[in-house]
Amino acid sequence: MIAERFRYLRPKDLDEALAWLAESQGEVRVLAGGHSLLPLMKLRLAAPQTVLDVERVEALRGIRLEGDVLHIGAMTRYHELARDPLVAEYAPLLAMAARTVGDPQVRNRGTVGGSICHADPAADFPAAALAMDAEVELRSRAGKRRLPLREFLLGPLSTALAPNELLAAIHVPLRAGWGAAYEKFPHPASGYAVAGVAALINKEGGAARAVAVAVTGVGPVAYRAAATEEVLTGASLDAARIQDGASQVAEGVEVNADLFASADYRRHLAQVLAARALRAAWGSD
Amino acid sequence: MALAEEMVKIAVTVNGKRYEDTVEPRWLLAHWLRDRLGLTGTHIGCDTSQCGVCTVVLNGRAVKSCTVLAVQADGGEVLTVEGLARDGKLHPVQEAFREAHGLQCGFCTPGAQMLAYALLEENPHPTEAEIREALDGILCRCTGYQHIVRAIELAAERKEAKA
Repeated sequence: MIAERFRYLRPKDLDEALAWLAESQGEVRVLAGGHSLLPLMKLRLAAPQTVLDVERVEALRGIRLEGDVLHIGAMTRYHELARDPLVAEYAPLLAMAARTVGDPQVRNRGTVGGSICHADPAADFPAAALAMDAEVELRSRAGKRRLPLREFLLGPLSTALAPNELLAAIHVPLRAGWGAAYEKFPHPASGYAVAGVAALINKEGGAARAVAVAVTGVGPVAYRAAATEEVLTGASLDAARIQDGASQVAEGVEVNADLFASADYRRHLAQVLAARALRAAWGSD
Repeated sequence: MALAEEMVKIAVTVNGKRYEDTVEPRWLLAHWLRDRLGLTGTHIGCDTSQCGVCTVVLNGRAVKSCTVLAVQADGGEVLTVEGLARDGKLHPVQEAFREAHGLQCGFCTPGAQMLAYALLEENPHPTEAEIREALDGILCRCTGYQHIVRAIELAAERKEAKA
């Protein structure tokens, strides 16, 4: 399959990328790893006039500590995330989710920024990043702004990114020593999550001092399971308590239904996966 | 149609040989390899970035050439199945696929071999579980994978014996 014709721009640095974003006429799509955008273009579900390939923009690369956050460049690929020592220490949940994405070739190309900006309702990475309380760093020629990821993700394939903006990086708070787990039921062909649950627990003195649970595949876009978090925060997480929390993981959410899974089945999957993820993050498995 | 004239110059090293070409940005790497360079060993299967049959190695990593634009490979190095054999001798991965019969119809074989090649470059002694994990990247409708796993295990042994 061949995409519609488009104009191809490959900026050499961030300034050039932002200038082209500000000046280009018509629809511009940013190309990172291409594993969401190119399939859409081949199916002609997307037909941008201009494709801005940011692969060689150095400022979008790299994983580094910046004070009390981990800075992860938007062009970071899943295979890089999966093996990065800083991620392993401070944000292992992100590596766990990255390892479940697609297959080896997809992980060799797909990027953190691409996944977040595409906002696929069944993508793995946004759920893990939401559980981590990630912020997005958005750049435009006018300057930069930071936004919590939960405010950036608006709905299926929809984000708060302005047409002249570029996602430059995500910033995640350091969560060294927190229990982390990502549990997913993948679609057998695509590898996308029919349901996926990311859990993060800060266990102190036998109680869950902080709990973050994020869900993908189930609602219109990845979300935090507030009811679950509330039930569990401050408590000792025995089996009954985990079950109680997990049962509320789709509370207040309009659960997706499609040819592959009904809403009831998806809700059930989410509850089972939430219990598994919570047990693993708590350390009871 | 001004857009149609926006061709892009690329230079890509394929199987050790440098090629310069002028391409339409929308051409896929798979198209360019097959239709412009005549390297038809790279097959196109599902064309929706799922089956992995079109896998080649780009800058050291296995990628699906149906989901990479030729322009994205500009300045890079590509290895296809045609580049595995050296001086008329099959690569250990190819030898092992032949001996362990890691194929039936052969359609996915170029992709499976490039995936195996990239796996062994990164991890010369994979466990069976790691091999199966890597094979998540290729859809084979014939073998049930068992013989492909054996072939990759054999290739790992051969490579070690050679080294």
